[in-house]
Amino acid sequence: MTQNKKIGLFIPCYVDQFYPNVAIATLELLEKLGCEVSYPLGQTCCGQPMANAGYERDTVGTTKHFVEIFGDYDYIVAPSGSCVLHIKDHAPAIAGMEKEQESLHYKIFELTEFLTDVLKVENLKGSFPHKVGYHASCHGQRGLRLGSSSERNEPFFSKAKQLLDQIAGLEWVELTRTDECCGFGGTFAVTEEALSVQMGKDRLQDHLTHGVEILTGGDMSCIMHLEGIAKRNQQPLKFMHIAEILNQVIS
Amino acid sequence: MSHPAKASEFLQDAAKAKWHDETLWFVRDKRDTISKTIPEWEKLRELASQIKDNVLANLDKYLVQFEEKATANGIKVHWAKDAEEHNQIVLSILQRHQCKAIVKSKSILTEECHLNPFLENNGVEVVDTDLGERIVQFLNQPPSHIVLPAIHLKKRDISELFHEKLHTEKGNEDPAYLTHAARLHLREKFLGAKVAITGVNFGVAETGEFVVCTNEGNADMGVHLADVHIACMGIEKIIPRRKDLGVFLRLLARSATGQPITNYNSHFRSPAAGKEIHIVLVDNGRTDQLAREKFKNSLKCIRCGACMNTCPIYRRSGGYSYGSVVPGPIGSILSPGLDVKKYSTLPFASTLCGSCTDVCPVKINIHEQLYEWRQEITKAQGTNAKSISMKIANGIFAVPFAYKVTGVMMRGALKILPDSITYSGLNTWGKQRDLPETPKETFKDWYKKNRT
Repeated sequence: MTQNKKIGLFIPCYVDQFYPNVAIATLELLEKLGCEVSYPLGQTCCGQPMANAGYERDTVGTTKHFVEIFGDYDYIVAPSGSCVLHIKDHAPAIAGMEKEQESLHYKIFELTEFLTDVLKVENLKGSFPHKVGYHASCHGQRGLRLGSSSERNEPFFSKAKQLLDQIAGLEWVELTRTDECCGFGGTFAVTEEALSVQMGKDRLQDHLTHGVEILTGGDMSCIMHLEGIAKRNQQPLKFMHIAEILNQVIS
Repeated sequence: MSHPAKASEFLQDAAKAKWHDETLWFVRDKRDTISKTIPEWEKLRELASQIKDNVLANLDKYLVQFEEKATANGIKVHWAKDAEEHNQIVLSILQRHQCKAIVKSKSILTEECHLNPFLENNGVEVVDTDLGERIVQFLNQPPSHIVLPAIHLKKRDISELFHEKLHTEKGNEDPAYLTHAARLHLREKFLGAKVAITGVNFGVAETGEFVVCTNEGNADMGVHLADVHIACMGIEKIIPRRKDLGVFLRLLARSATGQPITNYNSHFRSPAAGKEIHIVLVDNGRTDQLAREKFKNSLKCIRCGACMNTCPIYRRSGGYSYGSVVPGPIGSILSPGLDVKKYSTLPFASTLCGSCTDVCPVKINIHEQLYEWRQEITKAQGTNAKSISMKIANGIFAVPFAYKVTGVMMRGALKILPDSITYSGLNTWGKQRDLPETPKETFKDWYKKNRT
């Protein structure tokens, strides 16, 4: 399916800077699954932090750069629902690059949807004997529709669960509020600090109440926020990006 | 005060904030459960959204049709371009009838027009007859939620209030006892009022009828005892046909409170012999909003309040943190249209999680409009420190070298600086959260060493 296809790895800027292990896990995982992946060194940021703060108009240069860097790939894969959603929904139109931008929309994938929908991963071999709680990031959940939304009347699905269920010994823990926001929200985390932290505490409590050992998710931004609160309060939770679990499990 | 300041004040009382969150979550949960018993729920939402699209695209025609039909039915129709005109029209009707006391059933429009203080200043006693509204009226507060106006109060608060205002037993918090006391009190008011004011949930263009939905039957009680009924209606409340009610009434009750049907859906067509019905059609900024391509969909709102119940921000900051008549996500996209400066922090009081959009029975793209308002607000604010930093950020991300240098500095600084500075008051992130550990190399460095 992806033979002879050029796959570009898009690593969000803060993952590059703070979570290189998540990026390495993503790369190794894709390689183990038989993909030829390259990481264009000139990449920077998708522009989301600025756009969500109300300055989409100031992201023209950033967006143009992104299109130039990734335009030639057949697929672009990122371990982040949020950044992928930004490229799809909020990157400003660049004059003269309309065609490239349009095609980008169909070529860019968040990691789990690339695994389930493009690579059609069905038989992961490996074991991970832990109780795992999944934090569905809102941009992945309701933006990219990586899982059924609790608000809507639709059959249950979750691309992350579809993958994690293949792993021997892994116990997917059901939460009380299956897809409530963690309160990160980009600049919201700072401008509405009190609310942001309260929302994070409430999410953590849901995981703790249900006996989660390892909290995972598809977006490190949510996990950075949740882990920051858990560490400050010495709560007994481990945090891993879903790429780290999958990469660790399969050989 | 800005939303963040009011929200952090609300969170000071941790136990009450938790209770508020859980209470509204309970309502959302009820709504989830009942909506999932309707197999065609998502189709209904789509249908409602399309009907409202049609209404907004033809609002002028439907309004004229509605006026013609209503007039033919014997209703007096008035047009008000803004709140002031609306209030004057209501007052002039009251004066004509020498009416000094009115009863009102819940109407967010009259809140929006600040009708109560206006009438009181003109010597008219106004009694809100919805129980929750009466409670906040006793306290001289606005509603904190459009469907559950007193949801910020607990039984104990009500008990104390009723002891003071209605002389109930001190300390008696039994809901049945307190409700009974309110009922006796309101009966007197109903019997004494010559004029009753209601809001309107739906105005039917093809018949000139209108529908008022209440759970307490207070609208009916007021209207049927009074000689004159004044119905105040925002111009966006039009629906084309009577049969469209079958779509909207099913969605409204389930979305609002998780009930299969609102207790009283009262249809009004013509005044009874010797009585009068007036309808005041109010614009008050609605046509301005209709002209805003990105924001006109906000006028589809049927005021069910589901976006408030689902909003993780609203549940943890309360209705008053918004400082607008309509709070919560829908309020945050309606209010900036009325005063972009005053309500400038509201579109930022969101993580753009999108729950409001998914819960909305008429499929308003609320979180996308919050995003769009942010773009408008920063434009309106002009150049400031933040806008300059955004321009610099764009410069950084557009140039790989600059990005690399900045990244190295950022990580370097975190390593060198002592915790006392990293976690000082200057660093809002670190007040209640640890920062991630800084790795010795970036992924980019690793990749160069290991893959190229």
